[in-house]
Amino acid sequence: MAASETSNGTALRYAFGNVLSFFILLLIGVLAFSIRLFSVIKYESVIHEFDPYFNYRVTQYLTKNGIYDFWNWFDDRTWYPLGRVIGGTVYPGLTLTAGTLYWILNSLNIPLSVETVCVFTAPIFSAFASWATYLLTKEVKGAGAGLTAAVLLAMVPSYISRSVAGSYDNEAVAIFALIFTFFLYIKTLNTGSLFYATLNAIAYFYMVCSWGGYTFIINLIPMHVLLCIVTGRYSSRLYIAYAPLVVLGTLLASLVPVVGFNAVLTSEHFGSFLVFIIIHVVALVYYIKGILSPKMFKVAVTLVVSIGLVVCCAVIAVLVALVASSPTKGWSGRSLSLLDPTYASKYIPIIASVSEHQPPTWPSYFMDINVLAFLVPAGIIACFSPLSDASSFVVLYIVTSVYFSGVMVRLMLVLAPAACIMSGIALSASFDVFTRSIKFQLPGVKGNSQVDAGDTSSEGVVAQNEVAKTYKNEEALKERPSKKNRKKEKEHVEKPSVKAQIKKRLLVLPFEASIIAILLLVLLGAFYVVHSVWAAAEAYSAPSIVLTSYSHDGLHVFDDFREAYSWLSHNTEVDDKVASWWDYGYQTTAMANRTVIVDNNTWNNTHIATVGTAMSSPEKAAWEIFDSLDVKYVLVVFGGLVGYPSDDINKFLWMVRIGGGVFPHIKEPDYLRDGQYRIDSQATPTMLNCLMYKLSYYRFVETDGKAFDRVRRTEIGKKHFKLTHFEEVFTTHHWMVRIYKLKPQKNRIRGKAKKSRSKASSTTSTKRSETQRKNPWH
Amino acid sequence: MSKLLIFLTLIPLLPILTTSFSLENPSSRRVLVLLDDLALKSSHSVFFNSLQSRGFDLDFKLADDPKIGLHRYGQYLYDGLILFCPTTERFGGSIDLAAILEFVDSGHDLIIAADSNASDLIREIATESGVDFDEDPAALVIDHSSYAVSNTEGDHTLIASDEYIKSDVILGSKKIEAPVLFQGIGHSLNPSNSLVLKVLSASPSAYSSNPKSKLSNPPSLTGSAISLVSIVQARNNARILISGSLSMFSNRFFRSEVQKAGSPTKHEKSGNEQFLTELSKWVFHERGHLKAMNVRHHKAGEADEPTIYRVNDDLEYSVEIYEWSGASWEPYVADDVQVQFYMMSPYVLKNLSTDKKGSYFTAFKVPDVYGVFQFKVEYQRLGYTSLSLSKQIPVRPFKHNEYERFIPAAYPYYGAAFSMMTGFFIFTAVHLYSK
Repeated sequence: MAASETSNGTALRYAFGNVLSFFILLLIGVLAFSIRLFSVIKYESVIHEFDPYFNYRVTQYLTKNGIYDFWNWFDDRTWYPLGRVIGGTVYPGLTLTAGTLYWILNSLNIPLSVETVCVFTAPIFSAFASWATYLLTKEVKGAGAGLTAAVLLAMVPSYISRSVAGSYDNEAVAIFALIFTFFLYIKTLNTGSLFYATLNAIAYFYMVCSWGGYTFIINLIPMHVLLCIVTGRYSSRLYIAYAPLVVLGTLLASLVPVVGFNAVLTSEHFGSFLVFIIIHVVALVYYIKGILSPKMFKVAVTLVVSIGLVVCCAVIAVLVALVASSPTKGWSGRSLSLLDPTYASKYIPIIASVSEHQPPTWPSYFMDINVLAFLVPAGIIACFSPLSDASSFVVLYIVTSVYFSGVMVRLMLVLAPAACIMSGIALSASFDVFTRSIKFQLPGVKGNSQVDAGDTSSEGVVAQNEVAKTYKNEEALKERPSKKNRKKEKEHVEKPSVKAQIKKRLLVLPFEASIIAILLLVLLGAFYVVHSVWAAAEAYSAPSIVLTSYSHDGLHVFDDFREAYSWLSHNTEVDDKVASWWDYGYQTTAMANRTVIVDNNTWNNTHIATVGTAMSSPEKAAWEIFDSLDVKYVLVVFGGLVGYPSDDINKFLWMVRIGGGVFPHIKEPDYLRDGQYRIDSQATPTMLNCLMYKLSYYRFVETDGKAFDRVRRTEIGKKHFKLTHFEEVFTTHHWMVRIYKLKPQKNRIRGKAKKSRSKASSTTSTKRSETQRKNPWH
Repeated sequence: MSKLLIFLTLIPLLPILTTSFSLENPSSRRVLVLLDDLALKSSHSVFFNSLQSRGFDLDFKLADDPKIGLHRYGQYLYDGLILFCPTTERFGGSIDLAAILEFVDSGHDLIIAADSNASDLIREIATESGVDFDEDPAALVIDHSSYAVSNTEGDHTLIASDEYIKSDVILGSKKIEAPVLFQGIGHSLNPSNSLVLKVLSASPSAYSSNPKSKLSNPPSLTGSAISLVSIVQARNNARILISGSLSMFSNRFFRSEVQKAGSPTKHEKSGNEQFLTELSKWVFHERGHLKAMNVRHHKAGEADEPTIYRVNDDLEYSVEIYEWSGASWEPYVADDVQVQFYMMSPYVLKNLSTDKKGSYFTAFKVPDVYGVFQFKVEYQRLGYTSLSLSKQIPVRPFKHNEYERFIPAAYPYYGAAFSMMTGFFIFTAVHLYSK
């Protein structure tokens, strides 16, 4: 028991606590890193999914050609023939981070490959993210809550899903940057130090570099500032925390090529400027209030309010005019769909078509944050007793992120840290209450605890008055307060707080109830750990380019994607163009090194619509479109043989919608029978004759004689047909990827041919006239 | 010893032998002639002699000779094929419809002469080439107004036509004075077929029917829709000549005098020889075969070809175009060759100027658009082989350090920024230390 009243004993105890929490944090880091290695152990050290392949390719370019070439990189192998200015359209944070890691390791003579560095970037940064969570929560509710939150975040399934080894995507580093920026904001708010404010702006800059989600920060912090002002919590610390962030942050953000002038031109950033103005007005009011007598102040108030109103009106008028003059009212489509969840599905099929842009289902909350969902309300309550600047911030954070996660599955990722912080606070608070209750009812400890209570006192500057005391008190049992607190405590060591003692007495629970509650909480935690480990091992570790399935005769591995891509890279010319739906664009450029027409960076809707139109057109019209784009090969993904559900036939309606959105001769109802999407004998002729159907099911009947599609669970409608303008060149082992080559134009044009094959010749001969109509490029 | 001698004599011949194999040399040198009857060899000797005198090596075979074949060991034995066997139902040896079409599709030339009662095989070959003969096998082209005046016949199936295609490339620069005699079956072309051309068409008063039977139904082919002689240039530049008459190649028609009905002039000699000789020159690529080579482009003032251009670069483009004259590549001179700088649509379209020695060149500025462009030359002229060149080149935007560093218009802003900084510094100093 740390009952010693001597400063020597206290220091020893603190030192012990320091070392303990250091090792706990170290272990949390190890946990966060190692729980994400299931994918490497179960599969292999490989880049996952789609976007990571692009990031990997960019990183390769960066490490090979240096930062200036990367900045000015014009990529002529994607979006043929438009090309893409990679340097100006990519968030460089992740790439630069991994590139720096690579350089450091290589300069230390640790010869890791770029791929290895990329694979392990996400696990490393999730360790950082849990440490950042510790720092943030410690600022809010002390070290105990911090450690709990950190351990929760280290294994929250939602975050694991985006940061397993190999998932080399922006979010991997962005979540760390997000939490760290919030920590520095709270730190600045608590200390009022301009040093931390500057660090905060730099952390914000890193976040802007890393992820488009930075707009969340630049809207959340102003909201919090506004909340503080409205609730009368304005202080110079708030000003220092906010004003430098806006000025420096905006300047730094506009240095990132992909953001550029957006930092001052788009509506996402306007909130921060508005609050910037408001905080200055408020600061002025407080200043004037300080130098004037109350009577004079009343006069001044009228003056300031009237002037302020005029200025505000003018500014608002300017803003409204600016916003109204831009076509989308200054909001990008993704942001608009945040505010109005139905916006995307109504107007932008290309955003709605991405599964991670869909609203989540209820089970996915349980899957992704598990028991945290139940702990969050408790955490919110804990934050309100009492409410400080910092705790009001995390409350605001959880509320907004819950809303956003309800709009898009993807933003569950932003919710996860907030939920961890809240649950950490809740768990820590309840453990505090229960352990204290037990402790008070154990014989012979009452007196000591009262002395402990005396240790703590108000931390004037940090404004954590009574709250801090009660919590500090409990921390003394398990953890130790921060360095700064310790100094303060030494100063005020002789000032016992009577209030705190009274409060503490009131919170005492029955001994048995406390024991049971602690047991239950431990059970809850254990359940969370079991679920997280299961999620990390089973649900979120599949790299999605290699698939596995268990059946009665054992494990099956489907490595068809890499088979197809390596076929492309070995059997086609370097400059050949490969057309596929945009999902496979990044992989084709990265793995097969072939030029693609569209890829996962969906910046040009028309171009994607062209490919969608080609896939939904009859063979000949499709040939025309592809030929006009110099396409040599067409790649389709087909899951009907092995039952792989996310194949092109299932995505096909989106191709029709996106294509039809730009080229109105493609109409969705033509592909639906009575509003139902089907490919069996009831399917519409348009469906059965479109290119996607034909390329997917060509020769399919030869596999089992019945042409039974195992994804749609039906026999297909048209089984025997020939391709006239395309020829099959490669089909992978499980038929998951099929590659077709465009046949060259016929060398001769047949005559009318009265005897046979009259159809074929007449269609070829009318080719010219139809070119004009069907080809969207002419 | 004698073998060695033969070998030694062959050595100087080697270059000649190899040139005949070369792809660069489009001229057909070895031609297989398939005949119904070896008597045709003498009755059509003028035509064959003109080919032989131009250096062709003719190999006469009966169409049903069981030993004939177009290729051996994967190599074509002949560069051209003449089918003077209108009645053959089946070829001998390994030749069939598919073999002939494959022969054409691999870039070889073909002359087909049909006749009335042409076999289905010949018709099928013609159909595959884009020409439809009159379905009635006994039909002949009959013309009651522009027939050839002759002493013997009265059914007006011997036609004298002078409705040639107007192309110096196909028919030579010398005008054909006398009408061409024709007696045989007519054919029609699909007007949307861009590969096939009517070289000799019937007059508006012609029609196609069986002269021996009474005309009960309106004839299916009438007027100038009837083509008498057509040529096809396939997309791989293989050339095909299709004639509805075998007799128009005969010595008798070549030498006979001709007077078109209603015309006072009587020509000593029909135009057949000139017409068919010139046409055979075209078919065997002695005329109108272009090749383009040495496509070069570089920035103005530089010599090396860059891998990428920047927007607004000045560049120079050049290409050399030659025409095969039957013996050598001669510079091709024209003023209508154009180059496109193309990305989904042409951004720049410029006429190339020529130095009359085969070289074409131009200079232009890259448009202010980045993307993957192509230099495209699409040169398709009547009678010439089509030239379709494209060379891909990406165009990048400015690099970050290629913009102007200081813009004069922005000096007020620079001034404002720096005066602000100085002012703030002075203000801070004064404010802090003025007490």
